[in-house]
Amino acid sequence: MAVTLGFDASKAGQGDPQELPALRPGAMAASKSYPASSAQQQLLGFPGELVDQWQIKAIAKLGELVQRSRALKVALDACVKCGACTDKCQFFLGSGDPKNMPAARQELLRKVYRRYFTWAGKHMPWLVGAEDLTEATLDEWYIYFHQCSQCRRCAVACPFGIDTAEVSMAAREIMDSIGKGQRYCNEIIGKVLTIGNNLGLKKHALAATLEGLEEEIKEETGVDVKLPLDVEGADILLVAPSADFFAEPHIASLIGYGKVLHEAGLSWTFSSHASEAGNFGMFIGSSENMQRVLERVGDAVRALKVKRLVVGECGHAWRVAYNFWNTLAGPYETLDPAYPIPQHICELTYDLWRAGKLRFDKSKNDHIRLTYHDSCNPARASRIGPDPGSQFEIPRALLRATCNHFYDMAPGTIRENTFCCGGGGGLLTDELMEVRLRGAQPRMRALRDVADEHGVTHMAMICAICKAQFTTVLPQFGFESDGVVGVHQMISNAIVLTGSVQAQEYEARLASAGNGDVAAGGKR
Amino acid sequence: MVLYAFLCIAAAVFIGGLGVRIWAYAATPVPLRIPVTPAPLTRSGVVMRLFWEVVLFRSLFNASKWTWLFGWAFHATLLFVLLTHLRYFVQPAWMWLGLVQDLGGYAGLAMVAALVALAGRRLFVPRISAVTAPSDYLALALLIAIGLSGLAMKFVFHTDIVAVKAFALGLVYLDPQPLPLDPFLIIHLSLVAVLLVVFPFSKLLHGAALFFNPTRNQPDDLRESRYAPRITRNGVPAARSDTA
Ligand code: HEM
Ligand code: HEM
Ligand code: SF4
Ligand code: SF4
Ligand code: SF4
Repeated sequence: MAVTLGFDASKAGQGDPQELPALRPGAMAASKSYPASSAQQQLLGFPGELVDQWQIKAIAKLGELVQRSRALKVALDACVKCGACTDKCQFFLGSGDPKNMPAARQELLRKVYRRYFTWAGKHMPWLVGAEDLTEATLDEWYIYFHQCSQCRRCAVACPFGIDTAEVSMAAREIMDSIGKGQRYCNEIIGKVLTIGNNLGLKKHALAATLEGLEEEIKEETGVDVKLPLDVEGADILLVAPSADFFAEPHIASLIGYGKVLHEAGLSWTFSSHASEAGNFGMFIGSSENMQRVLERVGDAVRALKVKRLVVGECGHAWRVAYNFWNTLAGPYETLDPAYPIPQHICELTYDLWRAGKLRFDKSKNDHIRLTYHDSCNPARASRIGPDPGSQFEIPRALLRATCNHFYDMAPGTIRENTFCCGGGGGLLTDELMEVRLRGAQPRMRALRDVADEHGVTHMAMICAICKAQFTTVLPQFGFESDGVVGVHQMISNAIVLTGSVQAQEYEARLASAGNGDVAAGGKR
Repeated sequence: MVLYAFLCIAAAVFIGGLGVRIWAYAATPVPLRIPVTPAPLTRSGVVMRLFWEVVLFRSLFNASKWTWLFGWAFHATLLFVLLTHLRYFVQPAWMWLGLVQDLGGYAGLAMVAALVALAGRRLFVPRISAVTAPSDYLALALLIAIGLSGLAMKFVFHTDIVAVKAFALGLVYLDPQPLPLDPFLIIHLSLVAVLLVVFPFSKLLHGAALFFNPTRNQPDDLRESRYAPRITRNGVPAARSDTA
């Protein structure tokens, strides 16, 4: 990457992940994402450029949103400025810019809310920190609400559960409504709405890719693993983030899904119409757009007459699927209620493995010393598995089952306290590279610690955005970029497909080790 | 007499304001399910989650030990002081009120100490002063002043408690009674009146907000029961939302 940045990742990558930076006011004020073009705006139903009387319209929109969302109302009313959240945001820890402290980020919107919607703010603005909505404020909104990955790390810390993610979604929604949208998010939503996925892959391209991958698997294993597309009447519709079809290392996990489903003998298909699990409508706080993207999944469910809905490895996609699908685009009467609607691919694989239907040869991952990055959206905004917190256990159980060397990172940096990768929530764009690097710093430090202590070489995760972000930033922090792996990539490496070359070798090895019970040997 | 009227108005504003604000929270829709996870799966689990948040400030404890220590000490002693104040308002005073009476003074001291510590944090920790508005200092100053004027009466310039009680009961039964003209009592009660007026319309209502925040009060049962409120975030009716 040729961009020169005021950031020396090799130095920043050492130290306590939660170390407090000195305050550096304005440090990130220059990191600004590109504005959406007017065509991109209009496609989503937003004005093409900054509207006349934008102040009045923005204030009206703010009032409307506060009336329609209690989470936003609570956030704007109830913050006592206790400061518990102020040292929790990775974008603050990495940059020291005080406006990246969650309470200060909220304050950007709150000061305007106070000015126009509270008695004290109208009459004594100086007392309660209320301010007019000026061009400078709008500019700050645009900058700092696009430096929040909506990861909710602050919401866990807040004694009242105030969620800055809700605030930044609302702020983005207001900005979109007056014609000040962000190019990255809005362009991507436009692609889903017109083509069907974030990457803009057409049906024939998908089909060709899947065919190529089938051949690859055949070559590797000798087994005919199918990666079906648009098969009407299949039992399962698998919706994956579109990056899984093309990007590295995502694709390796897609192969993993295919192998698992094949080995379990399940009937399944991808859909070209709903070839995107991701839904950037959430990032811009627009449930209209979220809903439009979701409708495609509903269409595919009905058109392909599937009975089950399974979602691939993608953090925010899982949040949308788990929390919002049913509300915004459901109910799915045609799906079989005997299975979770929707089901996470890790749940499916975990259940199959527990039921003894999958065999893993851990030694295939012996070259890997592994840790796990909890992606924020599964960690703090949804659930995988039956119990509160089983979203932390199930991926780890699968990783331990497929790899002999697993080491967790420091306790304050994982599970519900996990750091964002630095690229979520609509920040995964090149012009925000400095934000992304600084946001990644705490995670990189935690990784450095386990790398030094346990020789960890790889970090697994279940999020397409995390994978893309880390693939870019790891080398900056002195790690190998192929240290990024998907959970189903680990499974893909280790799974012993019945009738494969690997199975013969594996069974022979077990037999010669004097372990008579070959069939059961590798299970569980 | 002026103070009597002022306190009555303040109390009315307090009760009315509280009602209006809480009603406003209750009436504001929650378009989507957004619990911060791991979240309890059931309603009763949610009750327990909120219970620990209110009683022990659990999230704050996990997030920031010093703020928790001072903040929790302040709220606990405030609660205790307010309970001991009940003796002015119930006739005859309950037995246990008499028993804990002496502790009230120490609780008051601890309360003021905790408030001073919170103010110190706010003044001297740069991260926290960066998010502080003048009104945040004022809230602390107001509570400290109420506490100090009360403590002055408790430990130095004793006032006529019997008369205060008659006055306070007079507030409850809307039957004006004379008040001893002690400067600290006047200060104490004037500031209390200010607190009552400000409370419902400021961040001091945070206690109520805690119960209403969907990030904490929603169960995580999305796959078991469909969440279908009347409107979504944008006011769009949820698609095919037949029933709730
Ligand atoms: C259900 C009731 C309440 C709960 C759960 C609650 C909870 C909290 C929590 C968790 C904090 C943040 C920590 C801290 O800074 O102390 C806080 C702050 C505060 N609370 Fe409460 N509170 C309640 C009622 C009250 C009442 C009745 C008052 C006073 C009249 C009050 C006054 C304050 C003040 C002034 C602060 C800010 C302290 C500072 O500036 O650092 N609270 N409250
Ligand atoms: C109308 C309401 C109130 C009345 C009539 C009242 C009256 C009094 C009186 C007479 C005392 C002196 C006690 C003694 O000498 O033993 C006192 C003390 C005190 N008051 Fe109040 N007060 C009221 C409201 C409040 C409120 C709302 C607070 C807190 C925010 C408060 C905090 C204190 C404290 C900390 C003390 C000293 C410790 C103690 O004696 O418990 N008071 N109050
Ligand atoms: S949601 Fe995450 S990124 Fe946004 S302010 Fe909170 S901690 Fe920072
Ligand atoms: S933790 Fe919550 S109440 Fe405290 S400053 Fe942050 S948002 Fe405000
Ligand atoms: S990309 Fe991953 S780590 Fe970053 S916000 Fe999304 S889930 Fe969190």
